Amino acid sequence: MTDADPTPAAPESLLASADFPPQSQITKEIQDLHAEYERREAAGEKLPLTMHDFPPYRSSLLRHPTKNPKLVDPETIELHSPAFGQRDVAAIESDLTLQHSGEPLGERITVRGRLLDSWGRPVPNQLIEIWQANSAGRYIHQRDQHPAPLDPNFTGAGRTITDDNGEYLFTTIKPGPYPWKNHQNAWRPAHIHFSVFGSAFTQRIITQMYFPGDPLFALDPIYNSIRRQQDRERLISTYDHDLTVPEFSMAYRWDIVVDGPDATWTEPEGEH
Amino acid sequence: MPEKTLQKTPGQTIGPFFAYGTVYPKMHEVVHPYSPGAIVLGGTVYDGAGAAIPDSMIEIFGADSDGSVPRARGAHHRDDHSFTGYGRSFTRDDGRYEFWTRNPGAAPGKAAFFAVVVFARGLPDKLHTRIYLPDDEAALAADPLLSSLDPEERATLIATRLPDGSLQHDIRLQGEKETVFLAF
Repeated sequence: MTDADPTPAAPESLLASADFPPQSQITKEIQDLHAEYERREAAGEKLPLTMHDFPPYRSSLLRHPTKNPKLVDPETIELHSPAFGQRDVAAIESDLTLQHSGEPLGERITVRGRLLDSWGRPVPNQLIEIWQANSAGRYIHQRDQHPAPLDPNFTGAGRTITDDNGEYLFTTIKPGPYPWKNHQNAWRPAHIHFSVFGSAFTQRIITQMYFPGDPLFALDPIYNSIRRQQDRERLISTYDHDLTVPEFSMAYRWDIVVDGPDATWTEPEGEH
Repeated sequence: MPEKTLQKTPGQTIGPFFAYGTVYPKMHEVVHPYSPGAIVLGGTVYDGAGAAIPDSMIEIFGADSDGSVPRARGAHHRDDHSFTGYGRSFTRDDGRYEFWTRNPGAAPGKAAFFAVVVFARGLPDKLHTRIYLPDDEAALAADPLLSSLDPEERATLIATRLPDGSLQHDIRLQGEKETVFLAF
């Protein structure tokens, strides 16, 4: 086999952008691009919800395709999704506060929602994986060198399988915002990464869930790679007082909608 | 089909720190290594400057060797005998991804391919592509997607069969020989 020249993994310091501009410049770039997308859409151009070519997110400069994707009809395998079931995940994996001998520090929360298709039908028996920073804004990942404390009682990874109503539920702690090196004094709004399977492989999605009212939204190039306000807001969870557990935890609700499936709909299969 | 009533949730980048959240045992072993028919499918993921990408995640989903769509559960909890067709691989420091899998069969009259999804730090949303098997030239010639492409684009979707039976297929996110990506 022909291996490429080995390139060492970038240490965190190399993840800094080449020009390292001030926040004011990044914010201006974001605003100008959003205005430009609005003009192009008004002129009849069809644009995706998330822009692959979004220079304010500096890491994307060399990693986005320059050609438009080819529109194809999904075939056979693409019309189905890998099949998951309750056997794939242990029940305890949806509680990120129970993975160590002690309680993690921070604000304990429940995150609950439904996985739906484009017609609002629940998508049962599909895998949802999450990962996040701890309450101090630090990931356990080796390459996260942010000098905030690691929490020996928090790893920050969980998974679950949606139930028959397409519902999922995680117990975790609220992640903190954290700095990164896209530009000077860059901070990511607090978020939880979600990896989701729908009922067709074309529906596969990885995204991020945010918390209401975050002052960092307008400043963040990743959040703003979604070009329209109404679509960005789809990633913001809702505080739900009815979901809180008295004297125990806060709660947020967030539904996920996967696109399609673009195939003849058949009754969802039961557990084998 | 009736009109869609809900707008889809937009995608976001997988970011730099996905490994501990998405890793699971034997995730790249779609079939048990060295089981009958097992082959390696691998290649390197490159950026627009031709540098290998060490922080991307590649997923494949493929038919069984008879062309049937796998419906067995357990893609996330391998039992080493159920064929789920699904696998996940992180690129290494040298940008290489690898799977143990089988040659997918084709639907009648069609060309055989793996469905592929690419995620990476710096990639604001997922990318879909296909990896076609190179062996059945007549089926490849009849494929609607491949025949809509110029020869250079077409080459980015067809794997190379190596003498040991394995499949080699590089993915280029940008630049010369940029991989053809798909929208559905």
